[in-house]
Amino acid sequence: MSLIDVENLTLQFKTDEGLITAVDNVSFSLAPGEVMGLVGESGSGKSVTAKSLMKLNPGNAVYAPESRITLHLDSGPVDVLALQRPRDMEVVRGGAISMIFQEPMASFAPAMTIGSQMVEQLLIHTDMSKKQARELSIEMLDRVGISDASTRFGQYAFEMSGGMRQRAMIAMALSTKPKLLIADEPTTALDVTIQAQVIDLMKDLVDEFGMGIIFITHDLGVVAQTADKVAVMYLGKMIEQGPVREVIRNPYHPYTQGLIDALPQLDDLDKPLMPVPGDIPSPLERPEGCVFHTRCSKIVGDVCKTIVPGWSDTGEDHRTACHLCDQGQSA
Amino acid sequence: MSNDNLIETQDLSVGFPVGGKIFNKSTLMAVNEVSLSIPRGSFFGVVGESGSGKTTFGRALLNAAPITSGSAHYDDGEVNYNLGKLAGADLKEYRRRAQLIFQDPYAALSPRMTVRDIIAEPLEVMGLCNSRDEVDERVREIAGLCRLNLEHLRRFPHAFSGGQRQRISIARALVSKPRFVVADESVAALDVSIQADILNLLKSLQDEMGLTYLFISHDLSVVAHTCDHVAVMYLGQIMESAPTRQLFQSPRHPYTKALFSAIPSLDPDDRGKAQKLEGEIPSPTNRPSGCQFHTRCPFATDQCRREEPHLETFEAGHAVSCHRWRELEMAD
Repeated sequence: MSLIDVENLTLQFKTDEGLITAVDNVSFSLAPGEVMGLVGESGSGKSVTAKSLMKLNPGNAVYAPESRITLHLDSGPVDVLALQRPRDMEVVRGGAISMIFQEPMASFAPAMTIGSQMVEQLLIHTDMSKKQARELSIEMLDRVGISDASTRFGQYAFEMSGGMRQRAMIAMALSTKPKLLIADEPTTALDVTIQAQVIDLMKDLVDEFGMGIIFITHDLGVVAQTADKVAVMYLGKMIEQGPVREVIRNPYHPYTQGLIDALPQLDDLDKPLMPVPGDIPSPLERPEGCVFHTRCSKIVGDVCKTIVPGWSDTGEDHRTACHLCDQGQSA
Repeated sequence: MSNDNLIETQDLSVGFPVGGKIFNKSTLMAVNEVSLSIPRGSFFGVVGESGSGKTTFGRALLNAAPITSGSAHYDDGEVNYNLGKLAGADLKEYRRRAQLIFQDPYAALSPRMTVRDIIAEPLEVMGLCNSRDEVDERVREIAGLCRLNLEHLRRFPHAFSGGQRQRISIARALVSKPRFVVADESVAALDVSIQADILNLLKSLQDEMGLTYLFISHDLSVVAHTCDHVAVMYLGQIMESAPTRQLFQSPRHPYTKALFSAIPSLDPDDRGKAQKLEGEIPSPTNRPSGCQFHTRCPFATDQCRREEPHLETFEAGHAVSCHRWRELEMAD
């Protein structure tokens, strides 16, 4: 039984320059306790996809009618996109789904103590009393490795370092016991040593609480260290998905291969760095056919420029959307 | 001063006053007695966590942060300057010879200027060209080297992606034909796919224009692939400094080792092997006694807490600042 099912999610933004397609026909599902890495360059639509799960995109977002997001809770399935009133949305936002943002400084209110922000959300989403909420919050702060939690509880965000703020953010996101945690680049703003601590912490918490995690990042190393499965996005399209070992060891799509080749690796310092040629096109000028054909080094023929590739099986649970697969060629 | 070094610093310190004017007055030492030499034509890397003083060190070498004590010398074979005492015409000339490439290409370019005007501005400000035609020619030449099209020059920065903007900002830094370039986290804001492209561009420009880089970064794998010498900084001091290959093959300082093992491996089966560093970098206003790293070092002894270690060079170009590295080496 899956935790969340996303089917044919298509999302466009109304702007002065016209309709911009941010997410194009994306489908995936996540089981409880599973960690999915969502990888892509900036502008690939990974954050927008994740925010759609809570319908958190701005007012100019238009969801296509065939899009469907179903969240399976103990009380029965919830059709997220059908929720209209903010009151109904509370079940999902901060209740069943919590989110950790990239910039821990910007996501805490500067004029409220960390503690009062933690208590506030617990009072909204649970039937706890203020005292219980306070006790749980302190316990969670302690749980994520913040020493002297009861003092920290009364402090403001500016009094903490980046790593500590990110820990507090995680404590806050987990205190409502969400079914799904969306982590949007949670370690990008942190130093490597702190990043390693936060990754470890998140792994422990998955084991303990058993929630599903969607881990958004552009760092394939972080994905390899945390995720069970990976989905690669490019210009709003999902182009490859599968188990983490499969995708990282046998990447099939030329873009995924390009991302891995571009990564500087420590075991071979002589290996030249291979950039993916060209730049990601503007979403206003989405290429016809396969969205990646403008930068692809393995174009099969005109078919890439005219026809959108469908999914092909390229291994166990491993799917790739590329015309190379139709040709039966190995990339 | 040896003739092969472009930059040589001796006990260079940079401090900033903090606290009130009368009460609690103290100095925050962002860079603390750093002695380094950067050979001409090298790609010199400085790595460290945030708060380690690497940016301030780079700024001090550009004469953009005040040198509190110690000295820094610049010698490119044509001119040589004592960077602490630059003024007037010398300072102007040094500004032409030493340039900076910024981290965030989205914030570093004025949205109201065309790309041509952005790249031409240093030439006009420094009065390096006599006519508009000459300016245009220099701009076209450097734009070509940085792989920008001529039609790009008429556009405004908003029309460009991150990678292209970074190429514009590199072109602007190099148009005055500098000898020394400080690249401060120049690829940190870029996607991996673009990052490799910019690094390759910096390398090829180095060969073509005879540049010396000081490459400041927090990303060890990037540094490993681009630099030929790396210095590891922590709380304003150099912990270890060595030729890249040597440093990555046999790191000696516990901090360097911990930094290496914290890099996430691309192998999904290689999880959780990292040697974890507890805690975080201390505040520079409240420095630990003795070795700066002892609060987080798993091998710290009483001696480490009391005495400050000195940077000790034990083989060609490889220096380390640790009381116990020999012992730890034996134990490994």
